[in-house]
Amino acid sequence: MTADPTPDPLVIAGTELPSRLLMGTGGMTSPESLAGALMASGTALATVAVRRVDPTTRHSLVDLLDGLGIRILPNTAGCFTAADAVLTARLGREAFATDWVKLEVIGDDRTLLPDPIELVDAAGQLVEEGFVVLPYCGDDPVVARRLEQVGCAAVMPLGSPIGSGLGIRNPHNIELVVEQAGVPVVLDAGIGTASDACLAMELGCSAVLVASAVTRAEDPALMAAAMRDAVAAGRAAHRAGRITRRFVAEASSPFEGRVGT
Amino acid sequence: MTGAAGTPGPVTTVNGDLYQAPDGWTVADLVAAWCPSPRGVAVAVDGEVVPRGSWGTTVVVPGSAVEIVTAAAGG
Repeated sequence: MTADPTPDPLVIAGTELPSRLLMGTGGMTSPESLAGALMASGTALATVAVRRVDPTTRHSLVDLLDGLGIRILPNTAGCFTAADAVLTARLGREAFATDWVKLEVIGDDRTLLPDPIELVDAAGQLVEEGFVVLPYCGDDPVVARRLEQVGCAAVMPLGSPIGSGLGIRNPHNIELVVEQAGVPVVLDAGIGTASDACLAMELGCSAVLVASAVTRAEDPALMAAAMRDAVAAGRAAHRAGRITRRFVAEASSPFEGRVGT
Repeated sequence: MTGAAGTPGPVTTVNGDLYQAPDGWTVADLVAAWCPSPRGVAVAVDGEVVPRGSWGTTVVVPGSAVEIVTAAAGG
């Protein structure tokens, strides 16, 4: 179901993606549940963490994603320094044969908020090495501009802390990021339910990235479908051009021709 | 410390644990021992990525730290 049938593909680094809903894979309870949610989401791009192999595991996340035709986006999740993030990105490129990387450099292990200094440093290094860098950042328009200036292919500001489900805490800042950006803006982190994803698109974001809101929902596949619809609705509403906010009423019914006048 | 069959060779660290590889083992041998498939796998030795094409010719060095990684749910 698409509200607006006019072609409107998401383009990142010259690549068209058929869905504006990007998915994270963290938090899922089983491979079957993950596959069901990913299929319901209609996503074309999913993030994975880069971790030491577990010789006891029977399941291959790579095979699962390849089987669903979903492109893998390695994430430097868990890195606290630019050096760690750069090594993790290089490992991800080697493992999954992709130049794309979601760059995450955390400054605080309680809030998981990004460290903007290490982040911009790592982003610059990785762009120099030919990576397509999608940085997870705070909602600070100044940091977003720095990331774009060093060559990132998109900017991915958080709505609120990872896994918090608090939605978009500072819509004004997100609008500022969108207004100045020359690359796609992907709202990444903190989405809790469908209306949050819809709002992100209404604010002008090009896409959203959702993980916990789907993987930790009571019914992940149903929530994934809701997110898919919410992203489509928000995008169409943005393209439709909403009415301006008014302090007082503007009648929608004509004054002329009223009975008794 | 774990070991494998064959003449005892270099002691290294693999994914944080001490490991004594058989003599003459390469990175490719380590990957085969740790992973059901080399697909979606990457290796770093002492903080440097070893390209897949070099796995078969990169011999395990005593005292080195090897990281064998793949995709995990997350991100």
